[in-house]
Amino acid sequence: MAAAETVTAKKYAAPYYVRRFAKVLNEMWRDRVLYLWLAPFLLSFLVFIVLPVFLSALLSVTAFDGFSFPRFVGLHNFIVLFTQDLVFYQYALPNTFWFALIVGPGGYALNFFIALLISRVAKRAQDYYTLAYYGTSLAGGVALSVVWQAVFNGDRGGYLNSFLLRLGVIETPQLWLEDVRYLLPVMMIVTLMTGFGVGFLAMLAGIVSVNRELYEAGKIDGIRSPLQEVYYITIPSMKPQMLFSAVMAIVGTLKAGAIGAQLTGSIITPQYAGHLILNHIDDYAFLRYELGYASAVAVVLLLIMYFAMRFAYRLFAPKEGDE
Amino acid sequence: MKAGRRLRPGIAAIHLFLASTGLFLALPIVYLFNHAFKPLNELYLYPPTFFVRQPTLRNFEMLFFNLSTNLVPFSRYFFNSVAITAAVGFLVLLVSAMAAFILSKFRFHLKGFIMAMIMLSLMFAAETVGIPRYLIISGLGLTDTYLAYVLPFLASPVIVFLLKQFMDQVPAELLEAAVIDGAPITAVFSRIMVPLVAPAIATSAILTFQAVWGDVSVSALYVHDESMKTLAYYVSTLSLAAIGQGTSAVQNIAGQGMLAAGGLLLFVPNLIMFLFFQRYVIETMVNSGIK
Repeated sequence: MAAAETVTAKKYAAPYYVRRFAKVLNEMWRDRVLYLWLAPFLLSFLVFIVLPVFLSALLSVTAFDGFSFPRFVGLHNFIVLFTQDLVFYQYALPNTFWFALIVGPGGYALNFFIALLISRVAKRAQDYYTLAYYGTSLAGGVALSVVWQAVFNGDRGGYLNSFLLRLGVIETPQLWLEDVRYLLPVMMIVTLMTGFGVGFLAMLAGIVSVNRELYEAGKIDGIRSPLQEVYYITIPSMKPQMLFSAVMAIVGTLKAGAIGAQLTGSIITPQYAGHLILNHIDDYAFLRYELGYASAVAVVLLLIMYFAMRFAYRLFAPKEGDE
Repeated sequence: MKAGRRLRPGIAAIHLFLASTGLFLALPIVYLFNHAFKPLNELYLYPPTFFVRQPTLRNFEMLFFNLSTNLVPFSRYFFNSVAITAAVGFLVLLVSAMAAFILSKFRFHLKGFIMAMIMLSLMFAAETVGIPRYLIISGLGLTDTYLAYVLPFLASPVIVFLLKQFMDQVPAELLEAAVIDGAPITAVFSRIMVPLVAPAIATSAILTFQAVWGDVSVSALYVHDESMKTLAYYVSTLSLAAIGQGTSAVQNIAGQGMLAAGGLLLFVPNLIMFLFFQRYVIETMVNSGIK
């Protein structure tokens, strides 16, 4: 029997890749229960995450007003974006650069620094400190909007104005949210204050779980200062958590772009002072209905995020010999 | 650690620094609590006060009995939020735990590919693709239905990732023993896997709760029927009113009190959940690493 089967198989053997493909399909059918379990997640993943990204890329090469069918325009949107969009060049790009630099790597370093300090105190105190730092991010944008409005109110009744007037730092009330000089820094500070989120918790957990024996071994190997300890032991032992929170920091920085609109109450901040790429997308999408162009900006933003993530992976990828 | 009861100077300095910056960071929260209970005359006060002197529930009363411009009572927004958050929370946890279970404990074709997609989409932010998402949601006929609140949130790569990382720590032998005893896959999942990863489930519940409870985008973009909107959305409209475009100073101040009360109502459930599960959260995050 077995011999006969091999003979026929040889005789009618399809090319290798066809057989291989048939085998894969066969095995997938055998595993159909597994795919069934995955189906709810995969379906919603495809429809609400993968498909939107693809559609974004498609729309970015069209002119589309939301009503008539999209018209193909090739790379026109991108060419306009990179050569003629003054608001993008003068405001969105530099603002985003500074905002992302301070809030992204800056906030990331701040999160790590605080997590490191918290890890040094006794376990019970750790819980209280964690709550104090994480709590503000827990509250979320809507709940805190009343706070920021009261703090940065432009007349002398605003908390910041009232406080600084009493200290004599300023002589007249400052329009914190309308003044071109202040808006972007205010946005950065607010974002940093509310930025101790999931990534922060991951870092803290990572630092706390570093094997204590490594520090002992390090002492014997001649590590002198706490700074050396952090650089040579703590960070290398928690690279995976560092990477996770780096990814969270990238997403967080992007989402934080909405803070300007939340503080001032409009997508277009006064004189574009707090205009970020994310606001630029909203501007073209929801105010001007140039959806094709808005999608092109979105694609550029997605690419920037993608490369930021690649960079983070390169920075924290396990090297040969780790684990 | 236990040997050194006395504080070393270095540790004392750390405490001082953490306590002062921690207090500073917690100021907005403390302020929120105080502001929400201030009577109208204290909201007016100049110079502004930080702490409430004569606490009152008046702001909450105003919030509860104030009808929105579309005559929708407060309780409706509240009910919508509770129902939506409960439904989304349950479904996201179920769907994500099922996916994570399969991805963690079985070998099959496409597994590597699916994992790669999940890793890539950890950085997914719905904000960047608002336009196509809008087209998809209206194309599926979901606008003005409660499903618009549920379906877009179902796929949560971060939750699947966290659960899978935690499930990877569960030894395969435990599950194999049950399989040999003839337990069906559903029983292995619900009786063995889910209880073992309870900390990660709790953490995922907090993260999902936070995202859904505070979300305003669905109400703002996909739902036009005022009676189907959420508490977070309602509070955010109060916020715009309190910024005071076209309103008088009096309305503005009263609006602030209501806004603070609403903000507090949004925040407190988050806080309670975190306090309950804080230990689990840290335990879960230990396994959050990307290798």
